[in-house]
Amino acid sequence: MNKKTKKGRFGEYGGQFIAETLMNAVQELEKEYLFYKENAAFQSELTNLLNNYAGRPSLLYYAEKMTGELGGAKIYLKREDLNHTGSHKINNVLGQTLLAKKMGKTRIIAETGAGQHGVAAATAAALMGMECEIFMGKEDTERQALNVYRMKLLGAKVNTVTSGTMTLKDAVNETMREWVSRIDDTHYVLGSVMGPHPFPMMVRDFHRVIGKEIKEQILKAEGRLPDAVIACIGGGSNAIGAFYEFIEDTSVRLFGCEAGGLGVETPQNAATITNGSIGIFHGMKSYFCQDEYGQIAPVHSISAGLDYPGIGPEHAHLHDIKRSTYVAVTDADAVEAFEYLSRTEGIIPAIESAHAVAYAKKIAPEMGTNQIIVINLSGRGDKDVASIARYKGVNINE
Amino acid sequence: MNRISKAFENKKALITFITGGDPDIETTEKLILAMEEAGADIIEIGIPFSDPVSEGVIIQEADKRALDSGCTADKLFDMVKKVRTKTDIPLLFMTYANPVYSYGTDLFMAKCKEAGIDGVIVPDAPFEEKDEFEEEANRHGICMISMIAPTSGGRIKQIACEAQGFLYCVSSLGVTGVSNGIKSNIAELIEEVKKTSAIPCAVGFGIFTPDQASDMAAVSDGVIVGSAIVRLIAKFRNECIEPVKQLVKELKNSIV
Repeated sequence: MNKKTKKGRFGEYGGQFIAETLMNAVQELEKEYLFYKENAAFQSELTNLLNNYAGRPSLLYYAEKMTGELGGAKIYLKREDLNHTGSHKINNVLGQTLLAKKMGKTRIIAETGAGQHGVAAATAAALMGMECEIFMGKEDTERQALNVYRMKLLGAKVNTVTSGTMTLKDAVNETMREWVSRIDDTHYVLGSVMGPHPFPMMVRDFHRVIGKEIKEQILKAEGRLPDAVIACIGGGSNAIGAFYEFIEDTSVRLFGCEAGGLGVETPQNAATITNGSIGIFHGMKSYFCQDEYGQIAPVHSISAGLDYPGIGPEHAHLHDIKRSTYVAVTDADAVEAFEYLSRTEGIIPAIESAHAVAYAKKIAPEMGTNQIIVINLSGRGDKDVASIARYKGVNINE
Repeated sequence: MNRISKAFENKKALITFITGGDPDIETTEKLILAMEEAGADIIEIGIPFSDPVSEGVIIQEADKRALDSGCTADKLFDMVKKVRTKTDIPLLFMTYANPVYSYGTDLFMAKCKEAGIDGVIVPDAPFEEKDEFEEEANRHGICMISMIAPTSGGRIKQIACEAQGFLYCVSSLGVTGVSNGIKSNIAELIEEVKKTSAIPCAVGFGIFTPDQASDMAAVSDGVIVGSAIVRLIAKFRNECIEPVKQLVKELKNSIV
């Protein structure tokens, strides 16, 4: 086998860099996934859940006031924030939990950063009668305390991770350690398009519905494709979901907005493509923020969901072939966009999604009024209100 | 015959693990010689990694201590080069894919050879991904050590066929350093290997006591002990040489 032609590769990225103990489990998962992917009964069961439980299709909303204020391209918001549990994460979680159930698993485990994936996983577990344990970095349990309580309310056990930097990457480490200890009855519901094959492919497939709907909806509303699709990016699940249907449509520019933190010139950011280099970690070859000896960097973002030192392998490939563009958006600009969208459209975005809003604000005025931008509004911002207040120096109790 | 094969000749091999640079490089160097004197047949030196996903808490903390003390791959290459002038014991590096890849795999393996390292263990490079490292390793005469686990099942044959040096048999599900996790099917696992290959099989993960070492040695060609030793280093720091020597002696006696 050639290094670059192996299974689960996107260009040279991806692969299955995991412990031998897990190899049979991921190979089994791949086999089962490929079977159910083509299984009409499974797909119809999943579609039914997405439509009648999660509330799909989500709206494509014309942000008329924002468009008018910025004075350039027409701006549409893909309202993934209106999904049940408040973000795009439910798409993947319903898919994986249903698959786990078909595979005879009785327990799911998941990592979470902002808590959105953890809440979605706990929700799916409650719905489908599965046991559920969530792993969350200590720093994140503090900045997203409301989501911790929400997960517990849904019947999940929440494990606080105190190793390493106590954020998302450490939550992934700990969930992998748990999975390797208990594979028989447990499925690891990975929350992004990362990790070993088949996760990047499978999670992307479960989120493809976002881009499919955008395409149908924009064609209906405007009779043409958008000029740009913008999404925030940590691991990259909402971004790949929004981008995937447009990859062949080369007139559509694709922008992924990374966490610029305190600035990409400082060490305090999580801008993987901007500042990272190629490495092998968390089961995949991709770009990572790391030092010269390959030690994974302690990254920073105001957004717990983007506070991750890696990026999914398909994004690494899209970057290399120059099909999508990855830009860094700072904490300060994201907070400004968070407030702007709330004030202008009456929509409070997740601080993750606010990174995409910030970039749209920057490029919309430079584009023509006959052009169209779609922002993937991946989640709602209720969870962030208290931490943004703290950021602004306002002390409120949640 | 290379140094690794020789270590299994006519005896059960005791393989001991320490994290390089824990608590400092000087202690690591002393420990290598002390463990050899106490009866170790092969020594595994961990290159500390920020995110050691296969490790339990004991070795996670060792990696952190080593990184905090400023340990790097380059410092370990220098140390091994120095210690190699004093001993002929087979020395292995155990680290994760990223420290090797980001160093430049070919350069890493060349430095291993130059320093006198015999083999490399990369737990997150399974059979399907080993060629990311193996070609470069072998080019410089370094063995890539493969692993099998209680969950390997039908994969054992292909892994055993291509295994180099010895086969690292993971005794339990989960991470290193969990003392009650050893699975009961280790003997069958090794029988399965022996059907296709004469490669020596050493059992590791969760072996703390001489009794456990003795049980595992009875069904295999050697045992690997890490967390039990690292635990002593955590407790005694720079004063760890004698307690480690004592444990290694007891382990060695238990498997003879």
